[in-house]
Amino acid sequence: MSKSKLWNVVGTSVHKVDGAALAAGAPLFVDDELPRDLLFAAVKWSPHAHARITSMDTSRAEAMDGVHVVLTYKNVPRVMRTTAGQGHPEPSPYDFTTLDSKVRHVGDRVAAVAAETPALARAAVEAIEVEYELLEPVLEIRSALEKGAPVIHDELDAAMPIVAPYEPGRNLAAHVAVAVGDPPAALSKAHQRVTAEYECHYAQHCPMEPHIAVAAPDGYGRLIIRTSTQVPFHVRRIVAQACQIPVRDIRVIKPRIGGGFGAKQEVLIEDLVALLALRSGRPVKLEYTRAEEFTSARTRHPAVVTVDLGLSAEGDVEGMDMKVLLNTGAYGSHALTVGCNCGSKVLPLYKCDHVGFALDSVYTNLPVGGAYRGYGATQAAFAMECAMDEAAAKLGMDPVELRQRNTIGPGDSSPIFKALGEGTEGVEQAIGSCGLAECIARGAQAMDWSAKRQRRDEGRLRRGVGMCTLMQGSSIPEVDLGAASIKLNEDGSFNLLVGATDLGTGSDTVMAQIAAEVLGVTPDRILVLSSDTDVTPFDVGAYASSTTYLSGMAAKKAAAGARRQILEVAARLLDVPAGDLSLAEGMVKGGPRPLSLADVALSSLYAEHQHQVQSVASHVTQKSPPPFSAHFAEVEVDTATGMVRVLKYVAAVDCGTAINPLLAEGQVEGAVLNGIGYALTEEYLFDRRGKMRNPTFKHYKVLCTADLPELVTILVPSYEATGPFGAKSVSEIGINGPLPAINNAIFHATGARLRRSPFTPERVLAALE
Amino acid sequence: MPDGAPATIEVDIIINGKAQTFRVDPAEVALDTLRDAGLASVKRGCDEGDCGSCSILVDGQLMRACLLYTGQLHGREITTVEGLGTARQPHPIQRAFVEAGAVQCGYCTPGMVLATSALLDSCPSPTDEQIRQGLDGNLCRCTGYVKIVDAVRQAAAELRSGRDRSGGDR
Ligand code: FES
Ligand code: FES
Repeated sequence: MSKSKLWNVVGTSVHKVDGAALAAGAPLFVDDELPRDLLFAAVKWSPHAHARITSMDTSRAEAMDGVHVVLTYKNVPRVMRTTAGQGHPEPSPYDFTTLDSKVRHVGDRVAAVAAETPALARAAVEAIEVEYELLEPVLEIRSALEKGAPVIHDELDAAMPIVAPYEPGRNLAAHVAVAVGDPPAALSKAHQRVTAEYECHYAQHCPMEPHIAVAAPDGYGRLIIRTSTQVPFHVRRIVAQACQIPVRDIRVIKPRIGGGFGAKQEVLIEDLVALLALRSGRPVKLEYTRAEEFTSARTRHPAVVTVDLGLSAEGDVEGMDMKVLLNTGAYGSHALTVGCNCGSKVLPLYKCDHVGFALDSVYTNLPVGGAYRGYGATQAAFAMECAMDEAAAKLGMDPVELRQRNTIGPGDSSPIFKALGEGTEGVEQAIGSCGLAECIARGAQAMDWSAKRQRRDEGRLRRGVGMCTLMQGSSIPEVDLGAASIKLNEDGSFNLLVGATDLGTGSDTVMAQIAAEVLGVTPDRILVLSSDTDVTPFDVGAYASSTTYLSGMAAKKAAAGARRQILEVAARLLDVPAGDLSLAEGMVKGGPRPLSLADVALSSLYAEHQHQVQSVASHVTQKSPPPFSAHFAEVEVDTATGMVRVLKYVAAVDCGTAINPLLAEGQVEGAVLNGIGYALTEEYLFDRRGKMRNPTFKHYKVLCTADLPELVTILVPSYEATGPFGAKSVSEIGINGPLPAINNAIFHATGARLRRSPFTPERVLAALE
Repeated sequence: MPDGAPATIEVDIIINGKAQTFRVDPAEVALDTLRDAGLASVKRGCDEGDCGSCSILVDGQLMRACLLYTGQLHGREITTVEGLGTARQPHPIQRAFVEAGAVQCGYCTPGMVLATSALLDSCPSPTDEQIRQGLDGNLCRCTGYVKIVDAVRQAAAELRSGRDRSGGDR
């Protein structure tokens, strides 16, 4: 707590800069400000999991009064690309084109229309007649690689834009195998061995605002796209690619976003509104329904993860091997990088010299995987942290003690950092800040772990506690770029323009706090704008837990540049060396007379040495410092019904300096509850032909207030020297804990070990037998 | 009117204290009418009555605009958060949401604020359990609800103390 005294604004829970306007229901979202003459788009979706279009008749749709454009594979450019909103070149296979003559999952695109009303657009879609040649689908992750399995990407132009194994001919979207040391030898020598397979399931992000985009020709021949996206600059680049028009002809504006969680790190619908607007010459809106959000957006990649651990009798991890079979669905969006993250965000947590990792990402005719908060770490932490619990049980050790014995600490490194990056080699790093030991200690205390661990229930209702430890990263080192610019206004306020994309997380507020701290003003003097590709500097966007750590540093550098210029102006005005002066409370301090920032601005804009005080800065990181966390779950299992209730959940997290503690807690709480829902209730149910049976909130259960357990968040401060004011990331890590912590608690309560998620009553009962 | 096109109906609604008349297709849904009328706070999250983003107060009762025909609002008084307060002059419930950190993306917030208003109307001193039950029709994917429950508690206290001072909403 003494740390926060170092700063005036950083470390303080100032109100979210957009909070009051949002609570007042101000028109801030894409759908709240629509252009005149708007057309409405609708998409025709594939009813089949795997089929070839043999004929398509659009004449009836085209003849309808008020229907302006009908797009099919016959009249749009075929440009192989990815929908993954990643940097250029994207480490995802180019296996997607705007519209294709083949469909690869139920809910795949068949055609798109723009019409005068939403109802007319839907009617036009219905009027398109399509005949299909049905192909045998691949509906099981384990059968995708079998010899003779149907080939999902048999087109000849699918390719990987970076150098990485890619074999669509056998449904292999990505493959990685790395080893450091001699894992087989270390494992076979080990005193205690645990080999465990865990499988996790499809889930959807469920942002409350579904995907929505509006494209409008601007009269100059350019296209303005207002879209609910996490990656405005990638949208601009990928839409240009899809439409075969120059990047300069596109402007992407991101207004307020109703949640993303990775779902909107995908260039999912902007290509369609862009093409429809170009063809019709009118603004076009496309908004997903909730059902489309489930079937035709992106999902968490399901995975089968096998972990092999070798431990000494004392409980030292001596060898680790992880094999990941990742289901990327019909397209390979993030198939390689989510897979790599399974290893790179989980394996380094434990000190070990002999580590193996292998990944096969496979195509199936099921919904498409994508970026989802946790990004592979969720899937792999489930297996790893349950395997560690199994190891503790075998060794007769407390799981807490096993973690304390083996987890990485300050100054330690892991060979995995270098061996495994974003589809290519990674970047070596030593851990700087690490508050994991304190997370474990304080979390255990808050859960009353030692006492509750003694408990052994025999009756119908059985309580138990389980725990896990976690790490994530902060940005992609030597890949991601964040940039910011800042300028001084006449009243001593500043415009801070950032490409970093606030998607509801509060990053605009965090950016304002960082700049305000440097400039000695209150955060309300910093007017943040994010993001507009015509106006704000470049930023990769909001993903990979990068915004605070990476873009925050860009904002800090830009603010420092403005500060230097302000002090120069002030030094001239006051006739003292700039080095004697400083900024605080909106004033220049240290001079012979008080000088406000407004005085500085007025002088520089209107009087002497006239110029705009303005600064721009970029930032790239050399490290991806992991945040760390320890989670503790207490559950009650009804052994008669199989019902699992989470009674209490404790998440202790080290995110470095929490720039805004209230917002940081909110990130943890939101992630944890989403994770608990994933562990217990959220699940895609498919029919035998690969169609999702439950694409509504009635049948896909997202937790609500009534389901809220006692949720305790503990922010454990540490100081990450490479981050802005000691900060690292916080937004993703929390979602990784509930699967293993709850599963381990169920094991403690009942002795039953579940190997498949979610832990529904049926699965729990089956495991109890 | 072209043949076969449905006759429109006239619907009188008092929205946030202002009488308005709409001419709509009988099949038109209130969510569309209200959004078209510029009430941006009434959000579309599912269109199926499952998320609460489109919550409005109809004669003080919490309802989902996506489940109502516009015609059903004839002669009714409805309230949206636009009618409670503004960014510069928030209602105590809106202020509590901001102060407690209960607003992340803000997409669910108008609905949550109205659900809170309805709850506190009937139950000015709710227990945490009552808060959890009272808001359980409104989904939020961002916050994990912890800070929303805090906000409701805080708003309840503030509204009670406001009432004690008989100063109303300040
Ligand atoms: S939009 Fe009405 S309940 Fe979801
Ligand atoms: S704040 Fe985003 S859905 Fe509630």
